[in-house]
Amino acid sequence: MIKKILVGLIGLGVIVLAAFLVIAWKPSIDSVDPPSEGEFSQEQIDRGEIIAGLGNCQTCHTTDQEQPYAGGLAMPTPFGTIYSTNITPDPETGIGQWSEEAFSRAMREGVSRSGAHLFPAFPYTHFTKMTDGDVADLYAYMMTREPIQAEAPENTLEFPFNIRLLQAGWKILFFDEGRYQADSSKSDTWNRGAYIAEGLGHCSACHTPRNQFGAEDESQAWEGTVINNWYAPALNGSNRSPVAWSEDDAYAYLRSGGSPHHGVAVGSMADVVHAGLGLAPDDDIRGLATWLAGLNPSDGADLAAQQAAEAINAASNKRTPSSLMGEGERIFAYACASCHYNDPDSPNALRPDMALNSAVFAPDPVNLIRVTLEGVSLEEGIPGAMMPAFGEALTDREVASLLAFLRSSQTDQPAWSDLEEQVRNQRQQ
Amino acid sequence: MATEFELNGQAVTVDLEGDTPLLWALRDELDLTGTKYGCGIGMCGACTVLINGRATRSCITPVEDIAGATVTTIEGLDPNGQHPLQKAWVETQTPQCGYCQSGQIMQAAAMLKDFPEPTDEQINQAMGGNLCRCMAYVRIRKAIKMAAAEMNGAGDSQAETTGAAANE
Repeated sequence: MIKKILVGLIGLGVIVLAAFLVIAWKPSIDSVDPPSEGEFSQEQIDRGEIIAGLGNCQTCHTTDQEQPYAGGLAMPTPFGTIYSTNITPDPETGIGQWSEEAFSRAMREGVSRSGAHLFPAFPYTHFTKMTDGDVADLYAYMMTREPIQAEAPENTLEFPFNIRLLQAGWKILFFDEGRYQADSSKSDTWNRGAYIAEGLGHCSACHTPRNQFGAEDESQAWEGTVINNWYAPALNGSNRSPVAWSEDDAYAYLRSGGSPHHGVAVGSMADVVHAGLGLAPDDDIRGLATWLAGLNPSDGADLAAQQAAEAINAASNKRTPSSLMGEGERIFAYACASCHYNDPDSPNALRPDMALNSAVFAPDPVNLIRVTLEGVSLEEGIPGAMMPAFGEALTDREVASLLAFLRSSQTDQPAWSDLEEQVRNQRQQ
Repeated sequence: MATEFELNGQAVTVDLEGDTPLLWALRDELDLTGTKYGCGIGMCGACTVLINGRATRSCITPVEDIAGATVTTIEGLDPNGQHPLQKAWVETQTPQCGYCQSGQIMQAAAMLKDFPEPTDEQINQAMGGNLCRCMAYVRIRKAIKMAAAEMNGAGDSQAETTGAAANE
């Protein structure tokens, strides 16, 4: 009897394994000669360039501006480090031998030309929503780039996460293949924004926390998280900043790099705005802004201005006479207030107001620490405006005092813990 | 490392280590010594210049970070040294030792673009990081209000010296 059960179980196991292999195994797609010059129209290549920007390909696939799309960016994950690949049309180290069919399968099903499953660090889980036309245009753009011979470093994933076949199981659990489905109850503008945000632009890849399997946790969608040593703020009502995103603010931020009611784009978000969205037509930015405002309990620009004025006034009412200032407030008055001053009724994005700034209200202080230590370059934020780095000027304790002062005087949020230690750690990054 | 930028309307190139403070480039390489060294850590305002029109502490700004930017120093604020702030500075005899004054004037010039009719509160906020060891703050405030009045076309700057009208 026991023997029969055992045989039955083994049999069942074999059948399940066989079924898994049938699902998991993907054929290789024949190699092709790299497309010849003139195969794509210039219009199509130009459209593809915009798609590549909306998809923000360069942020992960370019490490050296002299070698665009040659890959090699290290992406630390809890499972080991994954390196981005070379997506130039180099036949040996890039995707020069990939047909459009192979490219499309990689983009929308997460399977390499060879048939190997791709890791979801490559956001095919979002690109699956792309239209055929956008994939074709992107292919035209990528295949007409300068081929660069560059082998990406080997991934250092630990066993068993390095077994690509097992990714098929991950896909069963966390991947819904399929094109974007328009929501007919929403406007065309909103749908355009949602298509970009949820598909091409893969916003939630950074702005939604991930579960223990590295998949986006939909129960916490858009609630913000730390990724690659930046805090990607919550995009929905769970954001604690005083002003909810209005469409106008979102448009200003995504088009120019800063909004008077939230602050400026730094780090990888600066790259998204300027290198990524820079070529996108206004309609696309309007779409994204409409979509983002839709995630928020916003009643439009008037309410945003009123919320901003209240927050700035509340913070300035907490100012201390200079003889009684503590260390943090004194540092702010001497080092920061010469730029960060505003009329409560018309805050200026060039002088980000600390009583409104997302970094000051964030649950994690990493963005405020890094901007204080590293500054904001002329290319980040609103191009042309810069903030010098204070890393050499202030000690760890002084930065910690400054940030603790900002947190307590400008926000209603709980104090950050272990600030001095966190500042020290950031210096060592 | 060569860094190019625009200084007081002229294209300039400096060949310095990228992390050299802009202040040293201005004073030692370009011989514009109007901008002063005070604390070296961005806390006193003596080294303030305008970078793309915004008041910035040049002692903590590495020269490589301003490649391509437009820099204005006290020497370039007005071609004849007759910016309303400079005139008001003379008229009110604002400086005592004068060490902080180019930083004060550059900071005030940026502030007046943001707040053309600054209140005392706005002056306190924006100018609070520009220290004056001679404690000439009362005259600095007076000169700023006088300059604001002239820039706003009030004409008779004498009438504005209390600043009361400019506050309304």
